[in-house]
Amino acid sequence: MAIDVKELKTIEHDVLVVGAGGAGLRAAIECSAQGLNTGVVTKSLLGKAHTVMAEGGMAAALGNVDRRDNWKIHFRDTMRGGKFLNNWRMAELHAKQAPDRVNELERWGAVFDRTPDGLINQRNFGGHRYPRLAHVGDRTGLELIRTLQDHGIHQGFSVYAEFCALDLLLDDGRVAGLVGYFRETGEFVVFKTKAVIFATGGGGKCWRVTSNSWEYTGDGFGLALRAGAELQDMEFTQFHPTGMVWPLSVRGILVTEGVRGEGGILLNNKGERFMFNYIPERFKSETADTEEEANRWLAGDKNARRPPELLTRDVVARAILAEVKAGRGSPKGGAFLDIASRRSAEDIKRKLPSMYHQFKVLAELDITQEPMQVGPTLHYFMGGIRVDADSQMSSLPGLFACGECSAGLHGANRLGGNSLSDLIVFGRLAGLGAAEYIKGLEKTPAPSDEQIEAIVKEATAPLHRETGPNPFQVHDELQEIMGEHVGIVREGPSLEEGIQKLEGLREKVAAVKAHPSAQFNAGWNEALDLRNLLLTGLAVAKAAKMREESRGAHTRLDFEGEREEWGKANVVVRLGEDGGVEVRRVERPDPPEELSKIAYATLEELEGGNG
Amino acid sequence: MAERTFEIWRGDRSGGEFKEYTEEVDEGMVVLDMLHRIQARQANDLSIRWNCKAGKCGSCSMEINGMPRLACMTRMNQLPAEGKIKVQPMKTFPLIKDLVTDVSWNYRQNERIRPFKPPAPDSDGKYRFQQADADRVQEFRKCIECFLCQNTCHVLRDHRKQEHFVGPRFMIRVASLEMHPLDTDDRIPDLKNEFGSGWCNITRCCTEVCPESINITDNGIIPMKERVVDRYYDPVARILRAITGGGKKLPTA
Ligand SMILES: Cc1cc2nc3c(=O)[nH]c(=O)nc-3n(C[C@H](O)[C@H](O)[C@H](O)COP(=O)(O)OP(=O)(O)OC[C@H]3O[C@@H](n4cnc5c(N)ncnc54)[C@H](O)[C@@H]3O)c2cc1C
Ligand code: SF4
Ligand code: SF4
Ligand code: FES
Repeated sequence: MAIDVKELKTIEHDVLVVGAGGAGLRAAIECSAQGLNTGVVTKSLLGKAHTVMAEGGMAAALGNVDRRDNWKIHFRDTMRGGKFLNNWRMAELHAKQAPDRVNELERWGAVFDRTPDGLINQRNFGGHRYPRLAHVGDRTGLELIRTLQDHGIHQGFSVYAEFCALDLLLDDGRVAGLVGYFRETGEFVVFKTKAVIFATGGGGKCWRVTSNSWEYTGDGFGLALRAGAELQDMEFTQFHPTGMVWPLSVRGILVTEGVRGEGGILLNNKGERFMFNYIPERFKSETADTEEEANRWLAGDKNARRPPELLTRDVVARAILAEVKAGRGSPKGGAFLDIASRRSAEDIKRKLPSMYHQFKVLAELDITQEPMQVGPTLHYFMGGIRVDADSQMSSLPGLFACGECSAGLHGANRLGGNSLSDLIVFGRLAGLGAAEYIKGLEKTPAPSDEQIEAIVKEATAPLHRETGPNPFQVHDELQEIMGEHVGIVREGPSLEEGIQKLEGLREKVAAVKAHPSAQFNAGWNEALDLRNLLLTGLAVAKAAKMREESRGAHTRLDFEGEREEWGKANVVVRLGEDGGVEVRRVERPDPPEELSKIAYATLEELEGGNG
Repeated sequence: MAERTFEIWRGDRSGGEFKEYTEEVDEGMVVLDMLHRIQARQANDLSIRWNCKAGKCGSCSMEINGMPRLACMTRMNQLPAEGKIKVQPMKTFPLIKDLVTDVSWNYRQNERIRPFKPPAPDSDGKYRFQQADADRVQEFRKCIECFLCQNTCHVLRDHRKQEHFVGPRFMIRVASLEMHPLDTDDRIPDLKNEFGSGWCNITRCCTEVCPESINITDNGIIPMKERVVDRYYDPVARILRAITGGGKKLPTA
């Protein structure tokens, strides 16, 4: 089929934001505020992006509940949670700016839960020293996205919903726009822009057991790689310790950490509170070692240390896995999560209403009466597009990234609640970065017709094939490989086998066939997503193989423990000349002295200063 | 477990028909799981909207055995054990394809509502208000924009008064702003003149289908109608209310 590029619909903007989750909307609001003609595209409808699912809260050292909190302690917690592999500058910016961004949401209409003094309430979460998560029951993400949406629709940017970006356009090594299609009609559109901001989220759909939705096919990673940008830290994929394990059809759906934040405890099939046996050396001095002390903490004793259920996610996820492996798991292959015996039914319904509802409807279980069964589920990508800490620009001029699709802030492991605050802090900075970049542009980049034609041709190929594999089955195979070889614990030879199997999928992905109608055609959409899923899977597997140590969310059975030399390096991913996924080790610069001091200081040295 | 047969609407604006699909049901499955199974095995091009699979995003609204519901929160064992299961798109909105409808009208209604307008914060840059005041609006802010209430309201579904009435979802959106402890704007004239609050005759059908159990009519719409009445129809309404005892039997305003 010949394609006449002149016939394709073309839309011009100064900047196009890809993604309408928290990061994308915050970026778009900033772009508009900077006077840029701004467009936003999203694969689903406005207000439905992944951010809507976030439950527990957003972290910001407001100091409303515990005055001892301040940005330095938030920074220190973030670095320790990330096992010191975080980008120091990003962790600093995040901790310093999150309180302003949360207050700004309130100015835009958000209604957070209140303290008795009438301030924004904050709850405890894993790895956060003080109650730090601003929240609305267990639907904080909904509050965030709706606030940005309702504010955003009056800021003058255009939204193109149910639109899927396929590939970036370049001019002389700079971003010049992108091509994509409307899911409703299959119509292709060329966006001509001076800059593009990715806020595309993660790639959880590489795994079968995940808390992520169909949107998370790693599009941002795939598009960035194909356009020549670099990714970083892709080996750090977070398995959340508490996903539902039963019924099978909802396996992986998230049970918020808020359950543990509100006092929930983990038990094995012997009724033992096993987390006491898994406290890592680094956290021993700050974690309760008896049930008595943990209970005092829950009752509000400020001198008691935190219960071990609130250790970082990597620690808790591995502990559950170890209990199950040792034969002490729950009947459906997880651990018991008990809130029923810890809190009154009334409290549970008020603090965790959507968890109550979710279990009642999906598992026919009343969490105010019985314990839940939970197990690890793939939840979050710490890694992603490699960006400059201040401007959020990637290694490709004109391409910016923020939110889950970018790398740096979280290092080897993300603390709960640090994502929602990440979105609003770095969404805004990406908007500012793009505005700055556009100001400095000498001429408007212009993409060639050949690029546009090539993208459309490749995208329509599955519609014209007589025969070919079913895209849903190929996706299934990919998930099988990732689950078996690139899971929560990893080993060199198995990773290598996984990589070979993934490479073997390449041809299948290139040959899939879709039903020949471009209109809202799930099979065709899936066929196109597969390219990004495969690149994402390969990036994770290869980076995981290269990092020969265990750190944070990345566990190698054949290389136990953190290795000093790997604490000084990141794994960076890019595409080679032949289109293959290449990984390399990049040394990290020394941390700024001032920040390093804070990160290694004792709590007493840092506390206070907040009002 | 047993096999079940689905009758699913297949078609687009130019027409269509119900088609039958039979698949195995496993324990614990919801209707959305079954639709996905059918999509993966028999009908790759079946169009469905969904995201979260946990009742949080409001994407998977459709009519299941005639009831407006979220497909991801409808368990197979909640449905009658015998017979075919009929699945069709929401009726009130223009069809796009199969189970997907064009809900853009709803988004346009939201744009018509005056945005939140707060006063200046306290000297420390913070706002203060009590949880009790938050509670009232938080109920409305639970809305996941599934538009099932919009689909159900007879003013929109049967009488097709889309030109005149914004529908229950946006009545409570206005209520969430009007009752917001910090808001300083006034949307009562808009409610009466632009948003058609008088069209609602308090049948409560919207409240019945809301998957978030928001008390749309009693907690949101009626107080808004009362404010309109107080503003425009005083003092007659006041006397009427004294006689009928509360707001529930108000003549539609
Ligand atoms: C169940 C759950 C609970 C969570 N709870 C918390 C919590 O309590 N606290 C916390 O801090 N974090 C939490 N997280 C993590 C957090 O919600 C996410 O990391 C965050 O919302 C990601 O936001 P984002 O803006 O980066 O991307 P998203 O909100 O995922 O948005 C991505 C956007 O990109 C669009 N997109 C992707 N690819 C394309 C393409 N090719 N073309 C066009 N558009 C595209 C999508 O359509 C979407 O609009 C939770 C996550 C889950 C899944
Ligand atoms: S109560 Fe009013 S808004 Fe709700 S369905 Fe009835 S008429 Fe419609
Ligand atoms: S009010 Fe209820 S039914 Fe209506 S859109 Fe919101 S969640 Fe859906
Ligand atoms: S898929 Fe989100 S509500 Fe059903």
